Amino acid sequence: MTRRHFCKRYHKLMLRLCTDSVTPPPLRLVGILLLSTCILYPVRRVVAQETPLLSGGVGFFARSNGGDSTFVPVISPLLAAPLGNSLLIESRATILESFFPKGGGQSGYDHTHFSGAEFMQIDYLATSHVTIVGGLFLTPFGTYNERLSPIWIGNFQDGPIILPIGTGTGSGLGGMVRGSAISTESYSVAYAAYFSANSTNENFPATRSTGGRVQVYFPKLRLEFGASYTRSLAAVETNSSGFDVWWEPPHSELKVRSEYAHSAHAQGYWIEMDYRLSRFGGPESVIGRVEPLFRWQQFFRNSADPTDGMPATDTNRAEFGLDYRLPHEVRILTSYGRQFTPLGDSNIWRAGIVYRFLFPAWKGKS
Amino acid sequence: MKKRSLSWLRCMLMVAILWMAWGWGGSGLAQSSSPRPAKKATIQNSQASDGAKKFEENCSRCHNAPEGFSPRISGTIVRHMRVRASLSKKDSEAILKFLNP
Repeated sequence: MTRRHFCKRYHKLMLRLCTDSVTPPPLRLVGILLLSTCILYPVRRVVAQETPLLSGGVGFFARSNGGDSTFVPVISPLLAAPLGNSLLIESRATILESFFPKGGGQSGYDHTHFSGAEFMQIDYLATSHVTIVGGLFLTPFGTYNERLSPIWIGNFQDGPIILPIGTGTGSGLGGMVRGSAISTESYSVAYAAYFSANSTNENFPATRSTGGRVQVYFPKLRLEFGASYTRSLAAVETNSSGFDVWWEPPHSELKVRSEYAHSAHAQGYWIEMDYRLSRFGGPESVIGRVEPLFRWQQFFRNSADPTDGMPATDTNRAEFGLDYRLPHEVRILTSYGRQFTPLGDSNIWRAGIVYRFLFPAWKGKS
Repeated sequence: MKKRSLSWLRCMLMVAILWMAWGWGGSGLAQSSSPRPAKKATIQNSQASDGAKKFEENCSRCHNAPEGFSPRISGTIVRHMRVRASLSKKDSEAILKFLNP
């Protein structure tokens, strides 16, 4: 007899006890009390559900680059809504206000507003190994754009210098096929291939391009190798390629991430290391919440391209960071960087706070 | 007077029987199926540990686990991550088991 059947029979017995005219009044009272207890405090099983969710991050960032301070309040909401057993609609946007010095000898601050969707896509889980994506999606080039760009995930406030290589505006508008080709105990292979049309809409910017990515991951070694390729199909067709290596040594809190990318006009690499001090008293201890970081970047300009969003000259940058994970999904990010360019060296200071939220966007099933 | 005390006795007896039935029902349920739940629990534990392993191997590489969330959205989170992290169906099911054992 299952617990549910037992409860059903128990309810019936109590109900009969309460309503039967031959039942003595005290017993009837006990029956009413027990029945009302059962009704007020029913036994509920907690099961996984697929209710739409609202997640994202709210942050406030302060940056000082060569003496110019910028303040950026930002919100990045994410919505995910499953439809049936095989469909998922998901979207992430960024809304920010940037306050910066007026310049030109004027005192005070000016500000600009930015809002735009990073992805707004519908996913069809066709088979165990194939997912078809349509809409606006994050360009699958390298690792940073798809994995570390959410403000509640990235260790540093800014992306790497070479981020625009292969990703362009960061998003593609069209279709993509992706999934896990094979997944075993020893290794797994994942892939993504896409085609994007051109879009000049300021909220859904995308360039006409095609490309893809393949990654091989060895879970026992926690080692991953990836290769990415993009062909820009704009007026002048160009190729971009990239390689990445991630390594998280087993039984260690160390994470090493690196990426190299090459395009027609520039190339460069970055290597990032972070080590959470959870060895000292566990991840929830005062010390265990501290996460020292280091990132080294080298960027080489091959030929001028004022539209690619990267520095005009060769740039080297060393950054030291210290993140602190407060309880309740709040994280403090701080970093100091020294930038070396032929035009001069400068200091880059950054500090920020990010709160990550996650809750159901709809009522669940009873 | 005697009749009243008798009805109270009956009443107490009924409550005792009900209490015993509840207790016995519960323990009987546990006794009769004790070997099976043990096996089931082992399977569930292994599935959960497999899920924990998959979570560590895939999700934890980029981000920490959220501090807590409603089970109403655990299926949505896993479906979202299946697309984001290119997880196989089997791996995503193991992670769902881990999030909702």
